[in-house]
Amino acid sequence: MPVSGSTAGWIENRPRSGLLRLDVRELWAYRELAGFMALRDIKVRYKQAVLGIGWAVFQPLAGVLVFTIVFRRLAAIESDGLPYPVFVFVGLVVWNYTSGAVTKATQSLVSNASLVTKVYFPRLLIPLAGVLPGLLDLAVSLPVLVVLCALYDVRPGLAVLTLPLWIAAAILVAFAAGLLLSALNVRYRDVNQAITLLLQLWLFLSPVAYPTSAVPAAWQPLYAVNPMSAVIEGFRWCLLGGPAPGPWSLVSATVTLVLLGTALTYFQRTERRFADVI
Amino acid sequence: MTAQHAIEVDRVSKRYRLGQYQSTGSLGEAAAAGLHRLRHRRRPEEIWSLRDVSFSVEEGRALGIIGRNGAGKSTLLKILGRITEPTAGVARTRGRVAALLEVGTGFHGELTGRENLFLNGAILGMSRRAMALRFDEIVSFAGVERFIDTPVKRYSSGMYLRLAFSIAAHIEPDILVVDEVLAVGDAEFQAKCVGRMHIAEREGRTVVFVSHNLDAVMQLCTEAIWLERGAVTAVGSTESVVDAYVATATSEDRGSSPLVHSEDVTLHGVRLVDESGQTTRSLRRDRSFSIEVRYTIHEKVPALDMSVLVFNSAGTRVLDEAWSDTNGSRPDRPGTYTVRVSVPPALNVGDYRVGIWAGTAYEMLLFEPAAASFRLEGSTKGRPERAVALFLPWQVVDEQARSSAVDADTGRGPDQPNDHVDPRDDADTPNGPGVARQSRGSR
Repeated sequence: MPVSGSTAGWIENRPRSGLLRLDVRELWAYRELAGFMALRDIKVRYKQAVLGIGWAVFQPLAGVLVFTIVFRRLAAIESDGLPYPVFVFVGLVVWNYTSGAVTKATQSLVSNASLVTKVYFPRLLIPLAGVLPGLLDLAVSLPVLVVLCALYDVRPGLAVLTLPLWIAAAILVAFAAGLLLSALNVRYRDVNQAITLLLQLWLFLSPVAYPTSAVPAAWQPLYAVNPMSAVIEGFRWCLLGGPAPGPWSLVSATVTLVLLGTALTYFQRTERRFADVI
Repeated sequence: MTAQHAIEVDRVSKRYRLGQYQSTGSLGEAAAAGLHRLRHRRRPEEIWSLRDVSFSVEEGRALGIIGRNGAGKSTLLKILGRITEPTAGVARTRGRVAALLEVGTGFHGELTGRENLFLNGAILGMSRRAMALRFDEIVSFAGVERFIDTPVKRYSSGMYLRLAFSIAAHIEPDILVVDEVLAVGDAEFQAKCVGRMHIAEREGRTVVFVSHNLDAVMQLCTEAIWLERGAVTAVGSTESVVDAYVATATSEDRGSSPLVHSEDVTLHGVRLVDESGQTTRSLRRDRSFSIEVRYTIHEKVPALDMSVLVFNSAGTRVLDEAWSDTNGSRPDRPGTYTVRVSVPPALNVGDYRVGIWAGTAYEMLLFEPAAASFRLEGSTKGRPERAVALFLPWQVVDEQARSSAVDADTGRGPDQPNDHVDPRDDADTPNGPGVARQSRGSR
């Protein structure tokens, strides 16, 4: 049974002092709630939509068409020797997941304000549930990628086994960013406006339409500060047999963990006052 | 620590910051607030919603919390339910707490009843398995079997409410914290809610119940707390606390301080006026009297409605007269008004309490369950239990005296009606009506 199940002990509600305290047991007890909220969002999104889940296929394919015309035909961008449509498809699918998940997580607390002000449960679950529904789209686009790979004769190597690792990395990046932004959004609704701009910039700073190798060597360490550079490169490496992620990926990993730590700390510090300010 | 306590609240205080610079929150406003503070060297307006509140509840007891709007009741519940944290002090609870501050929290219109049931259960801390076990019971309690796979946006508001409450009623926490859930729904539904909470109490759960409905509190709770301006004014048996509460509400020396205050409407006071125009709290039961209400409208409230409620000492709502029951025009513009409702002699001798409700068809603006009290004096004619005493006139409409063989008026023999008895409509026996109609007006 959930809620810290401990019938014997007292549950205390007192002013919280600053230290980071993550109650993993309680989160685990409430794990189903995150699933239910994610499921709710998926169901609601595709209710009364004729194409339904078909949108998850159609959207990146349309993106591939546009990107191929603009960046390949007009700008003649290199793609590490991979067929450009396949190259950009992977970039787009991963990017679409991340940007969608960050947006959803950012808005999650405010759009669930009625829950926040009326019921107790670990608030962390709300932004967590926000990064889950996009995984369905990601999963749906994988078979499409298989077809594309067959068409362009691209064969992944053994590296394909590391796919779960890269998916986990994408979730982690989206969750860390979404967690911080969602807590900020409770206090400052400006975040909701700024997120569009932020994601646009982030897109251009991520190797979606171009490869990391197109970035001058001197800029590589700085470029790696963007965690998405390593994540997208990782996906291309494992799915398409692109170049393996370089040592700078460690910078990306570090940045992600620091971001996650910051987000968790800020979230925990502010979470029990959400109901007062939301 | 005493082992048998389920709830311990120890010097809990809660401060809210008020003012335009704090309420909505955006970067620009935060900057503006910072500047404002620098320039005026003044801290934002603070309000202590709770101040040094301490009490404890033993396991399996039901505690009622009463108090006027803005007394801090909801804040206290939110702290008990860990929805917000206190500014100072500590609230301890033992076991699983379910705070029902409203029913149907998290319901989504696009989802079916079934989907909402599991989602809502998860929100209230129930596992999927636990909900599956209770599924049939919840659905049949709500009476929505046929519609369980229909999106709840197609539900009538009654069905929606019943499903929501049914879920809430079946989550079986150790501590049940309930706020005003009973304010919604019809009388039958409210009775169902109170019944369900009785069961919870009998099952050994601890119940904390906040309500404007003093009668429900008296029915359900053995102990009560009275909160006034964030502080505990009285603790003890429900009866004594409610009595004290009602007494202050009706004491004459309130001066000019308003009874209840909301954003749009302030209720200043309620007086009882007898036939000769005297203000009194002791009236004759065989004379009509007026209930006079003085209130101020601050903002124009289109279609503002008001209702005068009268409760007898048993807590029964004997009157609930809404202005909108009649067709007269009602003021809705800003201003201070004194209005009167005239009550004909109908109520039995006894002590009564007057409640005032103001609102629109869509929302309640204020409700004061104990705005005034009065006593009706006179003779009960030996039957003090009845709520209404109208002294209705009686009359004889048919007489079949044993001594006379034939009734002079109808020309029928005495046994005739009995031969004619039809069990299906004995109210309308063929020989009766004509006579009854003729003679009714004769007295």
